[in-house]
Amino acid sequence: MSPRRIAVVGASAAGLAAAEALRRFGWTGTLTLVGDEPHPPYDRPPLSKQLLQGAWQPDKLHLRAADQLDTLALDLRLGTRATGLDTATRTLTLDDGEQLACDGVIVATGVAARTLPEAAGLGGVLTLRTLEDALALKERLSGTDRRLVVVGNGVLGCEAAAVARELGHQVTLVGREALPMARTVGPQIGELLAAEHQEHGVQLRTAAVDGFEADGDGPARHVTAVRLAGGTRLPADTVLVAIGSEPAVGWLRGDPGLDTTDGLRCDAYCAAAPGVYAAGDVARWQHPVHGRHLRVEHRMNATEQGMAAARNLLAELEETLPDDGDGALAPAAGRERRPFTPVPYFWSDQYGLKIQAYGVLNGADRSEATVLDPDARKAVALYGRDGQATGILAIGVPPRRTRGLRALIATPAPWEEAREGVRNALA
Amino acid sequence: MNITLDADKCCAAGQCVLIAPDVFDQRDEDGVVVLLDAAPPADQHDMVREAAAICPAAVIQVHE
Repeated sequence: MSPRRIAVVGASAAGLAAAEALRRFGWTGTLTLVGDEPHPPYDRPPLSKQLLQGAWQPDKLHLRAADQLDTLALDLRLGTRATGLDTATRTLTLDDGEQLACDGVIVATGVAARTLPEAAGLGGVLTLRTLEDALALKERLSGTDRRLVVVGNGVLGCEAAAVARELGHQVTLVGREALPMARTVGPQIGELLAAEHQEHGVQLRTAAVDGFEADGDGPARHVTAVRLAGGTRLPADTVLVAIGSEPAVGWLRGDPGLDTTDGLRCDAYCAAAPGVYAAGDVARWQHPVHGRHLRVEHRMNATEQGMAAARNLLAELEETLPDDGDGALAPAAGRERRPFTPVPYFWSDQYGLKIQAYGVLNGADRSEATVLDPDARKAVALYGRDGQATGILAIGVPPRRTRGLRALIATPAPWEEAREGVRNALA
Repeated sequence: MNITLDADKCCAAGQCVLIAPDVFDQRDEDGVVVLLDAAPPADQHDMVREAAAICPAAVIQVHE
């Protein structure tokens, strides 16, 4: 008889958190961790910060030391891609053709960087998602070429632009939105960020990208400029395309039981099908408190949702496996499925500024910032939807103080009540 | 249980303080984690394990 097995697909923060939680919460059967990258689990937020800056070497990004991974007794498949999942039989297919019969599966395959079709095969045009991507960009920023164009003024583009300026490059930040990160943080905080980048010497441009100009042929073809809609030409030695990401769900499309529109759709328990759960950037789950499906591409969510998916999968298996899965599931008290109801959190570091946000900012139909010190870019902003305050952000505020604001939106509150709370907190 | 920190990786998220406020705190100026109790009593252990698992910068090591 084949051993009892849970497979976690994706070996980054969410997959690692799920694997650790499965062991912590009592799974003693086979635990397969599949990762398409060759590296043991590593952390991505530092890629556009400390690694790019040169402050950290790649080994500092490892999420766990080798001996910590050893204690998990993983069936670790690195450099391996999952190519299919049959949810009816819980059979996972890997890119070497092997098929794994599983009792449970946690999907944590994350997202892939979106790019521009014109960038294909063009030297000097990069994206930033993996360690290799970050090392390639770092290499380009360490040479004598000094002109960087960043296409996309979201969080990633802003962070990379800040680091490149600190390294002394000429940086142009191009966005379809006039203000950096405005789609997430709203216009008032966007204005503060625009001022901060400009003060540090970043050129800001608002335009769609029309295409690239290049020199050379074949493999030697290399970017020389970015062409903007409207005709402006930005000379460039290096271009970073940071225009968001696509959930890595292509390998799941063959299963009729799964909805892979904008991520893997899950219920409030992070379940996509019986015995199949999802966590991290790839998971679009029903947040019971916010009453809608959310997909959260934040580092904190990867860890929290990985743990939640693991806990809920084991609770399901306790109910469904005969005799606790032939001993593969250690007895535990109070094992029950719980809806996943996090207060999302994200942060960004740009120059010396720290931005921290709690709750849900995306999809807000209103936002209101209190600027405490425009020159120090110090502000607090509230975000809401349908009359409820759902998110709060602080920029340039000491983190310990920002943490105190979390309670104002931990559960969506009436807008006026939350506003009053902000006023009192800042008084 | 014994706790060690890799504090220079701390991103000041403060989740450890939300989970185990008797064991962790943050510096006023930059939010970096402060260890209040490196060998906490048994009633704190589950919360400490949770804090270590949830830390988004893998700062907290728990030795048992």
